[in-house]
Amino acid sequence: MLRAGPTVDMTPAIELRATHRAFGSVVALDSVSLTIAPGEFFALLGPSGSGKTTCLRLIAGFDQPDSGTILLDGEDVTNTPPFARNVNTVFQDYALFPHMTVAENVAYGLRVRGIARAERARQAGDMLDLVRLGEFGARRPHQLSGGQRQRVALARALINRPQVLLLDEPLGALDLKLREEMQVELKGLQQRLGITFVFVTHDQGEALSMADRVAVFSQGRIEQLDTPRVLYNRPQTAFVASFVGSANVVGREAAQILTGRDRAFAIRPELIDLLAAGEPAADGYVQCAGEIVDVLYHGASSRLRVKVDERTTLAVARSESAGGGVQGLTTGAHVRLAWRPDHAVPLQD
Amino acid sequence: MAGRAEFSLQGRQAFYFALLLAPPLLWLGIVYLGSLLTLLLQSFYAIDEFTARIVPEFTLATYRQLLTQPAHIDIIVRTLLMAVAVTLTAAVIAFPVALYMARYAGPRTKALFYVGVMLPMWTSYLVKVYAWRLILAKQGIASWGFEHLGLMAALDQALAVPVVGGPSLASSYIGMFIVFVYMWLPFMILPLAAALERVPASLLQASADLGARPAQTFRNVVLPLALPGLAAGSIFTFSLTLGDYIIPSVVGAPGYFIGMMVYQQQGTAGNLPLAAAFSVVPIVLIGLYLMLARRLGAFDAL
Repeated sequence: MLRAGPTVDMTPAIELRATHRAFGSVVALDSVSLTIAPGEFFALLGPSGSGKTTCLRLIAGFDQPDSGTILLDGEDVTNTPPFARNVNTVFQDYALFPHMTVAENVAYGLRVRGIARAERARQAGDMLDLVRLGEFGARRPHQLSGGQRQRVALARALINRPQVLLLDEPLGALDLKLREEMQVELKGLQQRLGITFVFVTHDQGEALSMADRVAVFSQGRIEQLDTPRVLYNRPQTAFVASFVGSANVVGREAAQILTGRDRAFAIRPELIDLLAAGEPAADGYVQCAGEIVDVLYHGASSRLRVKVDERTTLAVARSESAGGGVQGLTTGAHVRLAWRPDHAVPLQD
Repeated sequence: MAGRAEFSLQGRQAFYFALLLAPPLLWLGIVYLGSLLTLLLQSFYAIDEFTARIVPEFTLATYRQLLTQPAHIDIIVRTLLMAVAVTLTAAVIAFPVALYMARYAGPRTKALFYVGVMLPMWTSYLVKVYAWRLILAKQGIASWGFEHLGLMAALDQALAVPVVGGPSLASSYIGMFIVFVYMWLPFMILPLAAALERVPASLLQASADLGARPAQTFRNVVLPLALPGLAAGSIFTFSLTLGDYIIPSVVGAPGYFIGMMVYQQQGTAGNLPLAAAFSVVPIVLIGLYLMLARRLGAFDAL
């Protein structure tokens, strides 16, 4: 399932070389380099203002970098206007033309290329069938629900058969249930079409579940670029550890006290064991004692916060089904924690 | 209990609403619509030729008089043609200005443009019209400018054109047309700029993204979405030209316009029914224009 990075003989679908973009004194993209392989499902993940949307806009051509180069399929497109790039975008607000019908919206890319009306209608019909909106062609965008508009935007962007499809927070405006459905649908669509998908999101769950690789952005730079699995299990920085999933980030000083090693580390709450009274820790496990600060019941799991040091509180997840309930565990109770040393991921400073 | 409390609150709100709405509704209903209806009613009366008194009996005689006398038809056609020409020209001039204001100008430049467009409206209308008569006079600034630019021959040629020409700009339909366009241009620019400002930038980006060149984006997206603003602006320029009587009487050729005819018939001639019938003409024309605009889809993007 995992696609590795670009192989040597393959021209990257997208390549950014030291791309820099500043707005006044604010550096939106700080000399970012990035390579995306053909057919990859790639996520640009980060909080707002991290540079991920600027990155997408530069690839689409809505904005030009101050310096650096952008290549699409090996061709320098840094100064190519958007209409001449073989890239299409699904906008966050969908940007459907309100004065056109759904079918006219979908056919727009063909219309501006001078394709005959009948052929346009046929292809638009096919595209609408692809996104399961076959009967909605004659409607206006405002007569559709959010999820339907999203699919129209998809069909419209795909009709030109782009090499690359860009999606700007594609699921941001949908409710939870619809979002989950669309995740599956998008992933399926991408696999069927084999087009490179690049999507921007601030939702780490979305990035992890859909993308082959994820670039985590922070303050205009890529903090880490990896497969979701590596990103989750081996975060390199404190930012990635806490932004992708939840993690206990333990600074150098506290790490020194807890483990005796002078290196900051991160550990996932679900990887910390809570030991019963008198229960010995497994061999080689790191151990510490603490006091429960609070207990939050989440249904399938519970989450406790345990104060192990004046300045350090660790979150511990307990799965209800695995017999790790939180009954009897109350605020103020003294407990012991333990974890496998290799589950603690060392972080860069 | 809660329901009752809510109901009484609603009742009170409704009362305050009514209180607020009553004066403007009375104004609109009685003073405005009422007088319009009275006017309409007047047009179905006729004047007694001999006694010059209005006979308050229903008749179509006044309309017959309006539509059968060639001189009257001339006036209607002349006014209509002028209104169409002024509206088209104002639209062509206003569009780039409005587009620049709405989409390209920075906040400061935009504010300057808005002030610049509205500033002339703060000056008295009459002052502007008379100023234009001086500007366009035979030895006025306009001909002075043409002379110094070496374009006097072009001006003479334009003034030599039959019907629209004349002895000077100030006494030709060309001059009148210039003044009309100048006067009503802000009424075209402002609604257009407002409509263009409402077009989300993402729509233009989407169009470019799908392969449309700037000219295609303009034709397929910008223009259709600006149509409601264009319609609103053209209703202003069209109706203002149809109804105006000062500009045609101060600047331009001696031919009559609808507004002048209304003014004269209800004043010196004392033929109120004919004046009323004449003033119904712009209402009908604008009604037809709105129907046409609707048919052409000008309001689809609303």
